[in-house]
Amino acid sequence: MANPDPRRADDAPVVEVRGLRKQYRDGTVALDGVDFSVARGEVFALLGPNGAGKSTTIEILEGYRDRSGGEARVLGVDPQHGDLAWRARLGIVLQGSAEADVATVRELIAHVARFYPNPRDVDEVIAAVGLEEKARTRIRNLSGGQQRRVDVALGIVGRPELLFLDEPTTGFDPEARRQFWELIRGLKGEGTTILLTTHYLDEAAHLGDRAGIIAGGRLVAIGPIDELGGPQAWVPIVRWRDAAGVHEERHEEPGRRVAELVRAAGAEPERLEIVRPSLEDVYLGLLGESADLEGVRA
Amino acid sequence: MSAATPSLAPAPSTPRLPRGRTARLGLERARFEVRTYFRHPDRVFFTFLFPVLMLAIFATAFSAFDFGRDENGDPVSAAAFYLPGMLAAGVLLSGLQNLAIDMAMEKSDGTLKRLAGTPLPVVSYFAGKIGQVLVTGLLQAALLLAVAALVFQVPLPTEPERWVTFAWVFLLGVTTCAILGIGLSQLPRSGRSASAVVIPIVLVLQFISGVYLRFSDLPVWLQNVAGVFPLKWLAQGMRAVFLPEGYASLEAGGDWDLGGIALATGAWLVVGLIVARLTFRWIRKDG
Repeated sequence: MANPDPRRADDAPVVEVRGLRKQYRDGTVALDGVDFSVARGEVFALLGPNGAGKSTTIEILEGYRDRSGGEARVLGVDPQHGDLAWRARLGIVLQGSAEADVATVRELIAHVARFYPNPRDVDEVIAAVGLEEKARTRIRNLSGGQQRRVDVALGIVGRPELLFLDEPTTGFDPEARRQFWELIRGLKGEGTTILLTTHYLDEAAHLGDRAGIIAGGRLVAIGPIDELGGPQAWVPIVRWRDAAGVHEERHEEPGRRVAELVRAAGAEPERLEIVRPSLEDVYLGLLGESADLEGVRA
Repeated sequence: MSAATPSLAPAPSTPRLPRGRTARLGLERARFEVRTYFRHPDRVFFTFLFPVLMLAIFATAFSAFDFGRDENGDPVSAAAFYLPGMLAAGVLLSGLQNLAIDMAMEKSDGTLKRLAGTPLPVVSYFAGKIGQVLVTGLLQAALLLAVAALVFQVPLPTEPERWVTFAWVFLLGVTTCAILGIGLSQLPRSGRSASAVVIPIVLVLQFISGVYLRFSDLPVWLQNVAGVFPLKWLAQGMRAVFLPEGYASLEAGGDWDLGGIALATGAWLVVGLIVARLTFRWIRKDG
């Protein structure tokens, strides 16, 4: 093939969504105008409470659900009309796993690998998800966390350009999650674009380049993980106690503020703390704001 | 899409998938399906071994009964008399019951959804199912014939034309039942209720179609009801292969009516194909 690889040549977003809307038959509006895009090679995390619209979004992009409005492009294709050649470029890890499977780990992964034009080596994939010792075990006899690793293996065995991970580490023990993060970093290193939904904010913070927070079918924040919600959301908090009670102030320069406090009191302030907001603090703050807005709208 | 909103980026060219992969993946699916089929104990018992067990029971229980004589005047044993019905029942179970339950389960346990997310062609998926039914149905028929011949000393036909009849009745029957099973798999609301929906249908058909009861003993109206469904014709075709020529006079029309068998079964095949085509979805889209 003399043709240059067209996939590398263009720098169009791998996922692009504009004004995405989803209304179910019963009238429930699951998504109400969501916009975002994911660049090639990026890890993008969709965060949000249960029922916020994360899975609806990801299932629309995977081609499982039809949207009610707006536009969507995945690898340049409208996911509602994606063909098999398009599917061959995707890897999908759904929320639930097929627990009843009577095939062994290796049988199923090798089988699914044959669906793809350029699959990864089956044994390497099994090793990457840490299931070497279970390769000959039937999937229904695995633990929940191990079954989840099979799902991940099935998602990556086709060497996808774009990998969808819907709550991938549910049921993982802490060590398995760390291993999984390593795996995802490795995939990212190979240039795989990843769209991830997760409940674990530390997971999003570890893996994600950027994140979007969905609440009530709307994107309430989007940006690089450490800039979500704007700079003010990340301003450190200085907390201490004196005779008047507990004080809490946000300061760009917390050290200077503490020095002032020490000087003013002439002693060490009681219960002094300087806290840098974690992603979780910022996330909960943003959700709180969006709930307040909902209240105002209603 | 309004003119004010510029359209999103156009599709970059997606590399073509290699040709011939639909057939290759159909074979791959069939291999995988057959291998996993025998790991479901309930399926092996209620679909694969059930007709063999019933043949053994009937052959033993009715061994003292009179089932008539062949052209040489030798008595026809209970095993010989029930063998055609059990072969027909095997075709129905391996095709219709097996696939209807199997696919209802795959729909509800997420297997179909997972496959829908891969570049597996739908045609390859179906080819795998039909392949599974063909292979397991053939093994089942071979087991039935072996048990009949070796355990119950049933004389098997030697005329090639009878085996030709067997071949086309079996192939047409197994394909039709498989397709009807695919159609029927859309009926149960969940995988768990699949057996409860499918097994009664299959059981009633077996009772009215001459599998367990002598068809010529049934009242004519019941014979006519059974004549609407394919199992009656499959059983008749199997009787044409395995019973002495003289038994043809017991049939409704006084002969084996091979043309009628081909026509009735073929019609069900077409109906099944249309129903399967219209109702099958990888997953239920929610509109």
